Amino acid sequence: MASGQQWVLVEMVQAFYEAPAYHLILEGILILWIIRLLFSKTYKLHETYKLTEKEKEDLIEEWQPEPLVPPVSKDHPSLNYDIVTGPPSHKIIINGKECTNFASFNFLGLLDNERVKQKALASLKKYGVGTCGPRGFYGTFDVHLELESRLARFMKTEEAIIYSYGFATIASAIPAYSKRGDIIFVDEAACFSIQKGLQASRSFIKYFKHNDMEDLERLLKEQELEDQRNPRKARVTRKFIVVEGLYINTADICPLPELVELKYKYKVRIFLEESLSFGVLGEHGRGVTEHYGVNIDDIDLISANMENAVASIGGFCCGRSFVIDHQRLSGQGYCFSASLPPMLAAAAIEALNIMEEDPDIFAVLRKKCKHVYKALQGTPGLKLVGVPFAPALHLQLERSSGSRDSDMQLLRSLVDYCLEGQVALTLARYLEKEERFLPPPSIRVVVTIEQTEEDIQKLVSCIQEAVSANLK
Amino acid sequence: ECTDFHQHIQLLPYLAVKSSLCVTRLYSRPFIESFEETPMLVAVLTYMGYGILTIFGYLRDFLRHWKIERCHIAREREVQKDFVPLYQDFENFYTRNLYMRIRDNWNRPICSVPGAKMDLMERASHDYNWTFEYTGRVVQDVINLGSYNYLGFAENTGPCADSAAEVTMKYGVGVASTRQETGNLDRHEEMEKLVAKFLGVESAMAFGMGFATNSMNIPALAGKGCLILSDELNHASLVLGARLSGSIIRVFKHNNMQSLEKLLREAIVHGQPRTHRPWKKILIVVEGIYSMEGSIVHLPEVIALKKHYRAYLYLDEAHSIGALGPRGRGVVDYFGLDPCDVDVMMGTFTKSFGAAGGYIAGKRLIEYLRSHSHSAVYATSMSPPVVEQIITSMKCIMGEDGTAIGRERVRQLAENTVYFRKRLREMGFIIYGNNDSPVIPMMLYMPAKIGAFGREMLKRNIGVVVVGFPATPIIESRARFCISAAHTKDMLNRALSVISEVGDLLQLKYSRHRIQPSLARPFDDNVYEDIDD
Repeated sequence: MASGQQWVLVEMVQAFYEAPAYHLILEGILILWIIRLLFSKTYKLHETYKLTEKEKEDLIEEWQPEPLVPPVSKDHPSLNYDIVTGPPSHKIIINGKECTNFASFNFLGLLDNERVKQKALASLKKYGVGTCGPRGFYGTFDVHLELESRLARFMKTEEAIIYSYGFATIASAIPAYSKRGDIIFVDEAACFSIQKGLQASRSFIKYFKHNDMEDLERLLKEQELEDQRNPRKARVTRKFIVVEGLYINTADICPLPELVELKYKYKVRIFLEESLSFGVLGEHGRGVTEHYGVNIDDIDLISANMENAVASIGGFCCGRSFVIDHQRLSGQGYCFSASLPPMLAAAAIEALNIMEEDPDIFAVLRKKCKHVYKALQGTPGLKLVGVPFAPALHLQLERSSGSRDSDMQLLRSLVDYCLEGQVALTLARYLEKEERFLPPPSIRVVVTIEQTEEDIQKLVSCIQEAVSANLK
Repeated sequence: ECTDFHQHIQLLPYLAVKSSLCVTRLYSRPFIESFEETPMLVAVLTYMGYGILTIFGYLRDFLRHWKIERCHIAREREVQKDFVPLYQDFENFYTRNLYMRIRDNWNRPICSVPGAKMDLMERASHDYNWTFEYTGRVVQDVINLGSYNYLGFAENTGPCADSAAEVTMKYGVGVASTRQETGNLDRHEEMEKLVAKFLGVESAMAFGMGFATNSMNIPALAGKGCLILSDELNHASLVLGARLSGSIIRVFKHNNMQSLEKLLREAIVHGQPRTHRPWKKILIVVEGIYSMEGSIVHLPEVIALKKHYRAYLYLDEAHSIGALGPRGRGVVDYFGLDPCDVDVMMGTFTKSFGAAGGYIAGKRLIEYLRSHSHSAVYATSMSPPVVEQIITSMKCIMGEDGTAIGRERVRQLAENTVYFRKRLREMGFIIYGNNDSPVIPMMLYMPAKIGAFGREMLKRNIGVVVVGFPATPIIESRARFCISAAHTKDMLNRALSVISEVGDLLQLKYSRHRIQPSLARPFDDNVYEDIDD
């Protein structure tokens, strides 16, 4: 009621008159101080010095950036690519010269297979070339679904997921599961795409010496002690081990049974990268798990690219649905990128058909690998790095000259000599400044199923001649 | 108040003082963009909708936890139950409870060419989208408003498909080696020369995946001690590339030139954080067309800023190459600027060329990338038929195959875009973006309407793309139409009538600006005069 309100106001005014003077003065000073603080500028540490407009303009005038890219000299070794005219199959035409191919990762010889080409052609006539969209937006074709189910069936896992680029497969898979604060134990010889995946994940990375299970166990034990000190943090920190089946940098195999033991002992998950061993190891070509007879469910995620044995483009991950399904929404290379062109998926399906129909090719490939390994074993001046059943071996210099550049040049001259002798080899390429543990310079020797006895003989004699001609 | 249609003329305060450069002169043609503000009632209802869904989400989680409701979610292995859980429950809350309800709008499998019309495989779900079954039926001739097929090169007949078929039989499908080893085919070199000619720059280099082009090459261009100024709404690949490079990243407001200039000035004046050393270089990263907003970058202003402050410009033309400009050469052509002003031009072949992969082009840049790009050293090179498709389609657009098909398609796309946008606006929908961008986001706002719109359109044989959180801000979910040169007037009219019908059914006509339908004026051909190459 209005009169009631007025009455309260009168009381207030009366109280105001009746208050002692000092009280009013104190309150007045406080109110003025508050008003002053409200309107004064906030104190920023950063701008204790204020630059005038003129000084700012001068700084802007003076600033000179570096050139966008540093100049590259014309005879930089990685600048001049070898040009291949024609298909890179068993007989490859490099720089105009026809050679026997010991350099492309065409292990099962499927690059030139007529059936694969026909299937790709049929797919092209049905779907065109590109998919014009990512998987989520009308970029999923029935061929993709078929390829995924075939891969899952082939590897005897629940589910598989396809990527359109081999490099992006493991580099998108690792950050999908491992975030900031998680811990990843990785082998020193891990390939570059794994390193990029690790970098994108922002987790703690701990490297253990190549294939050294004791070193890994030591790191795991240290981590266990850490966990006991801080159990609350340990309950939410995920731990992973990332290894490759056949390492591309050192051509040897990881000790998978010991890794699985360590997995259950220390409760870490295993991610296995099988780009080199898919379609090579194992009785049916299922990779390193079949080679050792390990139960495939013990490995949390298997990732491989389809660019080596399968002779297509792209990559896949397979495992249990619990693990793989997560990547459909959080694998960056899957969600934000266009899907694999359907003709490449059709080619991969046909390659899988061939692999399933004729499992003898894996035994033949392994025999040829052993043969090449034995033949190259005693080359003077060069040492052979790898295991006998690895299809991609490395030839390193027995005695290094001390400088990487001169080693590379020497090896390049060996490769050039072999090209003249109609044997195609290649230097193993790395980004020198970006690799964490740079492997020594080497020549890559790739064994494929199409190589004959004579080809291997020619390879060995060519290399020996090259060494005696160029290495003093 | 609401932002109406307005000419985007911003007077850059510092530049205007420094030189008497009037910004209006930078734009040779009208630049009309609009982003109408969300109506207040709609915003409130949308938040309420999400609130109700969240409450139900908690309820369902509770029921699932106490086994009252059957749980469809995949489970960890028994023997690994005492491992640290692979996923935290709250990380997947959105996926389990909101995304699952409307999951049938995405990942729709198709079984034909993704052209103007496509065939979808029919899916049915009997357990509320947890699993799908294929009924075996094919939904034929669905109008495709979702695929990125701007110039209509997604086709299985015609010169592009024929030459790709030839190359498949000759070269095979795979390459099985990297560019630096034995994967460098003569076709790759020819394609790169053609791309450089198409863009009007010195040289170009191509890679197998558009996403990887950004994430592997930005680290090669910027490193520690550099600054990357990136637009708010940049694509995930640009963000990943910037993060992997190790430089400092600062974000400026979307397409806001004052924000960019302020950041540039601050950066140069104060130097690196804490040490105040001068920056090694500054890289501005923008996109040609932003696919979620449909907006076009203010390229003349960005170039003026870049020249004044001596920064470098990285332009990602994933959606705009082939789709903008009178000759289809992208956003640089659209504004009539000199391609040499852009330091790094990046684009993809997936959208307008019907192939796959990405490229980077520029001056004095490519030799460095040939030896230092991650992709050249470690990634398999592009498949030969894909390369052939790029070569043939690019020659077609340039007119080098002797026909006028390319030019006709570019013109048709522009006409379709203008027409479609005009009609949608006349109907009363809220459309975002620039008048000339073939990517058209139409606002839906409410979570239930996302699912409803997608399903209703499919019932009427039109395939659209709907997007919600997290690709867009939470209340701004939208449907996104991608116009193609392959769409005929009939298809567009049919699509428009269906959209209007569904819009009335779902009450989507939110716009408060009613445009009077203008008299049917033929498309103004004078805008795209014959320009000699």
